[in-house]
Amino acid sequence: MSEQRKALALISGGLDSMLAARVVMEQGIHVEGVNFYTGFCVEGHTHAIRKRDRARPKRNNALWVAEQLGIRLHIVDVTEQYKGVVINPRYGYGANLNPCLDCKCFMVGKAVEWIEAHGFDFIITGEVVGQRPMSQRRDTMRTVVRESGAGDRLLRPLCAKNLPPTLPEREGWVDRDQLYGFSGRSRKPQMALAERFGLSDYAQPAGGCCFLTDEAYSRKLADLWQARGSREYELDDIMLLKVGRHLRPRPHFKLIIGREEGENNFLQGFRHRFIQLRTVSHPGPLALIDGEAGEEDWELAARITARFSSGRNAEQVELRVEEPQGAQRLLRVAPMSAEEVLPEWYL
Amino acid sequence: MVSVRQQLDARHLLCPLPVIRVQDRIGRMARGEQLEVFCTDPGAASDVPAWCRINGHRVIWIREREGELAILIEVGGGER
Ligand code: SF4
Repeated sequence: MSEQRKALALISGGLDSMLAARVVMEQGIHVEGVNFYTGFCVEGHTHAIRKRDRARPKRNNALWVAEQLGIRLHIVDVTEQYKGVVINPRYGYGANLNPCLDCKCFMVGKAVEWIEAHGFDFIITGEVVGQRPMSQRRDTMRTVVRESGAGDRLLRPLCAKNLPPTLPEREGWVDRDQLYGFSGRSRKPQMALAERFGLSDYAQPAGGCCFLTDEAYSRKLADLWQARGSREYELDDIMLLKVGRHLRPRPHFKLIIGREEGENNFLQGFRHRFIQLRTVSHPGPLALIDGEAGEEDWELAARITARFSSGRNAEQVELRVEEPQGAQRLLRVAPMSAEEVLPEWYL
Repeated sequence: MVSVRQQLDARHLLCPLPVIRVQDRIGRMARGEQLEVFCTDPGAASDVPAWCRINGHRVIWIREREGELAILIEVGGGER
């Protein structure tokens, strides 16, 4: 009997990677999935934070895909190593701060490490030639093969017929004739294939698979780097960029102001790292000060925060300022008028 | 027989981090042992059981109290 061959499929939670895995499973290959957690993944976060979103049913798409396919899924935390990809991408960024080509090389490279450690034979991705401007061109697909170290162990079942035969095809583990030759931006072939497999209800991410393709998010990240004078970040920092209003009234500090109760609760969890402000005389938001704000800045921060409370039209609003070590102080300030909050402060 | 029960604090972590923590811990546990995990992200109530189903572990119960979830898992107790 021939040896049971094993493949690791990169599962993003979207349709293409789901189909790619399924196509290879059809050929009798044992497939398991891997999903890399970079910290920028769109999955769930804001959903979990914002109270009004909680009513909507929530699911992790990668787990859902694995369950539909009936395969195991390994979720790998790559947040630390991924920093190098975001901070210093060799091939640069896409339209926003998305380093897609470096990201693909990195992820396939991680998959190579995984298959070598677990005795798997090859790797599957859902890439399609010409689908994405940066990372899924013919030349950049070759870059991924080379830079990741995968070589001919990387099979892209959805467009394999447009590419040179890979190891699993040459060895006859998979039949090239039963793979596909999709190309270009049209989604129709994928949708037709999904229908053939009886798959519906799959996720269709609008932009990409992560926050780095989002313009507003990228702007906030660029601001963070500029304000700190370095491109370093911690997981907390990139989580906070997904939450609340961000206003930078002075170059040396910004305010993160909760927009509703769920966000206020989430921000509350960071009180040991940041100075926090909370209105006490009126219902209002919780705000964090991120930066080097001294006591002389607190009044400005308090006046802005008061603007977003229900005391915005009152003469005075009282706020409690709490420092990370626990010291507290009450401040009474006049809320800023709408005109005083300058549009350029908004990030 | 009393099974070995470990506890895992995954509070204040956002999904999929609670799932990752569960996965890493269970990887070091033996079949039949139990893991009680505490979470605050409501998404964990669907993600942790989904992860258990596809990886062959069994969720014995999920309890919610004051916005906090407790999930008890039996390692290797699922169908896979
Ligand atoms: S969208 Fe994000 S996760 Fe997807 S390839 Fe680009 S950088 Fe990587």
